[in-house]
Amino acid sequence: MNRLAVLIARETALAWGRGGGPLVALGFYAGVATLLPLGIGPEPERLAAIALGAAWVALALASLLSLERLFERDYEDGALDLLVLSRTPLELTCLVKCAGQWLATGAPLALAAPVAAIALGAPPALAPLVLASALLGGIAFAFMGGIGAALSLGARRGGVLTAVIVLPLFVPPVIFGGGALDSFAAGLPWTGGFLLLAAYAAAAVALGPLAMAAACRNALS
Amino acid sequence: MRCAAPFAESGVRRLITTLTFKDLAIRRGGRLLFDGVSLALEAGQACALTGPNGSGKTSLLRAVAGLVRLEAGEIGFGVTDPVEARGGGLHLVGHADGLKPARTAREELAFWTRWFGGTEASARDAAEALSLVPLLDLEVRRLSAGQRRRLAMARLIAAPRPLWLLDEPLSPLDARWREAFGGLMRRHLDDGGLIVAAVHDPLPIPCASLELAG
Repeated sequence: MNRLAVLIARETALAWGRGGGPLVALGFYAGVATLLPLGIGPEPERLAAIALGAAWVALALASLLSLERLFERDYEDGALDLLVLSRTPLELTCLVKCAGQWLATGAPLALAAPVAAIALGAPPALAPLVLASALLGGIAFAFMGGIGAALSLGARRGGVLTAVIVLPLFVPPVIFGGGALDSFAAGLPWTGGFLLLAAYAAAAVALGPLAMAAACRNALS
Repeated sequence: MRCAAPFAESGVRRLITTLTFKDLAIRRGGRLLFDGVSLALEAGQACALTGPNGSGKTSLLRAVAGLVRLEAGEIGFGVTDPVEARGGGLHLVGHADGLKPARTAREELAFWTRWFGGTEASARDAAEALSLVPLLDLEVRRLSAGQRRRLAMARLIAAPRPLWLLDEPLSPLDARWREAFGGLMRRHLDDGGLIVAAVHDPLPIPCASLELAG
């Protein structure tokens, strides 16, 4: 347990500094959320209609930013070798790495999501649900994203490859989360979509580390 | 220089008491690096791995650590299960040292010590043994190659494990530290440890030799 505690502290600290950490992710998020109204037009009705979807898509894109370095740096500098040479299973190590990634970038982005949604014209009553689904969605993004990051180890331009692998895996949470928010805004039952999002996040946490560990072992050998 | 932890009590030393290679072959990128490599090492013995560049020294060390697949042959750790031996019984110190340039030497030493099962006290002892104390507050990027290697080596002392796999351990070190690290290796062997080191220069300790033809 002791070992995992020091690992999560280190991974969060590294993710915090990696590629600018949460500040760059937040800046990118703010940038995308600002560009959309500029491209779509300033009419409040039109913006309000897309506010939730736009906030979600921007969140998915911002989660991609620092993913490529999640395993790459450890792979290049040999830390991944040393992380393997331990009684801690590599699957657990991968899980902790993704948790650190989520703590350092996913959670701050989730805090910004309600702000972006309201700024785009979504009703303030939605804010708690936006926050909750962004927190859950961020977990799904971090763990599914970790699979892409691990699979693209050793490839040149790994960042682009990571994005191409990961974006299809981001589709279900975007649909489930966006659907739940739309239903809530329309006064329809929304728990179905929200629970599906939670289920997808849970599956990502459970299965993602297995795939990441296999991909890491493959990259090392 | 004091010893970080008494091995006999820790029980770690007994995790690996023999290391055997049986007809090893490794293929990398479609090329057969070597085949038919055999070796038997007992507690307290060291082996120098020699051979030209590209002959597979690093790959062999990584295969012992379980990071590289064998084409043929078998690596044995005596009665110890390989998974257990690799998880708790060996250290690998090579060119890629796993140290993050932006973190301080103290943070890195503390993390790897804990990761490999050492304690704060053993990290302090290791820092003293390798004269790292005045460097601990520097970022790793500020360290010279030799200082960085000493920081990587500190985990050998901070978290005692019986088998040391060293990839050109001496190359970035100055004459004084080559001598001093020889002393640390001798102490490790006296305590019943095992060492396999890929080298170009002779090791400053009595050792067997295994030459990879390349």
